[in-house]
Amino acid sequence: MAGKTLYDKLWNAHLVTEREDGSALIYIDRQIIHEVTSPQAFEGLRLAGRQPWRTSASVATIDHNVPTTPFKSAAEIKDETSRIQVQTLQENTKEFGITEFGIGDVRQGIVHVMAPEQGAVVPGMTVVCGDSHTSTNGALACLAHGIGTSEVEHVLATQTLVAKKMKNMRVSVEGDLGPGVTAKDVVLHIIGVIGTAGGTGYALEFAGSAIRSLSMEGRMTVCNMSIEAGARAGMVAVDDVTIDYVKGRPFAPKGADWDKAVEYWRGLVSDNDAVFDEDITIDAADIRPQVSWGTSPEMVISVDANLPDPDAETDDVKRSGMQRAYEYMGLTPGMPVTDIKVDRVFIGSCTNSRIEDLRAAAEVAKGRRKADSVKQVLVVPGSGLVKQQAEKEGLDKIFVEAGFEWREPGCSMCLAMNPDRLEPGEHCASTSNRNFEGRQGNGGRTHLVSPAMAAAAAVAGHFVDIRELEQA
Amino acid sequence: MEKFVRLDGLVAPLDRANVDTDQIIPKQFLKSIKRTGFGPNLFDEWRYLDEGFPGQDNSQRPLNDDFVLNLPRYQGASILLTRRNFGCGSSREHAPWALMDFGFRAIIAPSFADIFYNNCFKNGLLPIVLSEDNVEALFKAVVGKEGFRITIDLENQQVIPEEGEPLAFEIDEFRKHCLLNGLDEIGLTMNEADTIRAYEQRRAEQEPWIFQ
Ligand code: SF4
Repeated sequence: MAGKTLYDKLWNAHLVTEREDGSALIYIDRQIIHEVTSPQAFEGLRLAGRQPWRTSASVATIDHNVPTTPFKSAAEIKDETSRIQVQTLQENTKEFGITEFGIGDVRQGIVHVMAPEQGAVVPGMTVVCGDSHTSTNGALACLAHGIGTSEVEHVLATQTLVAKKMKNMRVSVEGDLGPGVTAKDVVLHIIGVIGTAGGTGYALEFAGSAIRSLSMEGRMTVCNMSIEAGARAGMVAVDDVTIDYVKGRPFAPKGADWDKAVEYWRGLVSDNDAVFDEDITIDAADIRPQVSWGTSPEMVISVDANLPDPDAETDDVKRSGMQRAYEYMGLTPGMPVTDIKVDRVFIGSCTNSRIEDLRAAAEVAKGRRKADSVKQVLVVPGSGLVKQQAEKEGLDKIFVEAGFEWREPGCSMCLAMNPDRLEPGEHCASTSNRNFEGRQGNGGRTHLVSPAMAAAAAVAGHFVDIRELEQA
Repeated sequence: MEKFVRLDGLVAPLDRANVDTDQIIPKQFLKSIKRTGFGPNLFDEWRYLDEGFPGQDNSQRPLNDDFVLNLPRYQGASILLTRRNFGCGSSREHAPWALMDFGFRAIIAPSFADIFYNNCFKNGLLPIVLSEDNVEALFKAVVGKEGFRITIDLENQQVIPEEGEPLAFEIDEFRKHCLLNGLDEIGLTMNEADTIRAYEQRRAEQEPWIFQ
């Protein structure tokens, strides 16, 4: 019998029962909850007179529409819908006895930054959240993916999810990453290669020496954007980096449990003879710093390239998609990427708001200043703890001296549900994950980049090749 | 979910075809954090003369006296009688939520839009398909006599008007079973609670840290 993939192992370990129609009930170890997709789920429980199956399985925080300027209570949130959602989560978690890291708690932050940071996600878990970037947590060798509001209620009530098994895909990145090439560039490049639907129906495993060389933060960045490659779940096998990361975190196993856990976790790798339905290998040497130019994450190219020509595209649907993107973005085919001017810069989001990301941005910002033509540079740490750490290292001062704004943790301009947003027509160098029309504000034009590339664009006023900047 | 076995109720006739979900509950009301409380804004544009927005005191708004649900004789109706393709348009689950919150438990029409039809069952609202002729006859009867009531017997799949012959209707066996027993998807999974508990015990031996 052929060996098992990491996903096969995770699936089998969580299978509660299989149903005749091919669907299955899988057990959910951890549910992460935030203010936007949970209110109706809690209300559903209340209406049906149900209690959560296991309250200790859930952990909640606020992130999507909290302001990133300091505030001490929900009453200070101006937007009514946001305020009500934040208050409702407070009430619901209190009523049902679920842990919430709320306003003023240093552990509060973006769901997918907070959970691994707390050790609330450890290898071998199934992790769900009413948010599609839950795949981030797969970096810890977990089966992690987003779910809808009715499923949030289902998990709360039964600790299980009705699911169908996905297919297996492995993307191996082999070799050494060049200078200036980060995890963000790796995943943008992967999406450019396989396309935004390339992973549809698959559980993605990221493998290869270049992935193994990444820190835990970097692996989270890669897994985060699995969904932009079409896959609901992405994951990386357990190794020393994984185990070292988890050790000592508040929710992580301790004492004898720890040793037992490590022994079990070591097995969370794909077997050598495992068969993948799809197996792709990418040469790390081909990856250069990336910039997205269009309105879909697959519309991405290297910073040293010129924008692609739609007329050279043979696929009709793709060609017209490119033409529409050019119109929306206000760009011309053939122009060098480095000629694209930026109006605002956003460094943050569950893709790139961890300490390593802020360090990378600070390294570029240090001793430099934001270009006058750039209206605003927002730096939004992923959690209160990331913020604290950054301040300990003096990164906040570097940013402020460079003319960047140092903010409170939250999703912020990633989706512009709070007051941080783009004006129509503005170009933004953003470390987030979606460049859809209007994502960062009506008419806003998003370019996805790494934290270092974003900081460099802030300084220059247009995109620059980080590799040249570093030599300067 | 509440069980649906037998319903004896007053009938309100909504004589329109292709009623879409945006008419059932306009999009400005979707921002709510609740799945209850949509009742006052059910058919908002038809019921009121002014424009509705969330958070309003609906009792102060000018009513459209001609709209059927505003007529005194239909107050307290729990069965909606309407025309073909009811519930078309956006897939919002707020549509059945609003109908139920208003007090309807069953809808009778010659046909329903697909997604809406499914969403009804998820929420314990019974959509009943009868032939165009039967629906037409029911319209005549309901409009013709104030206080006209219908009994719905789900077990025997019959619509029994207070006057006239009982009318048979079709319903998927599984859905019928779920309604009769008050089982929603969560309810169904709950039937396997023992299996889930047994699973948890096995896991707790291997990975005790998961359950701390
Ligand atoms: S940072 Fe953006 S992508 Fe991540 S959870 Fe928040 S809104 Fe979603």
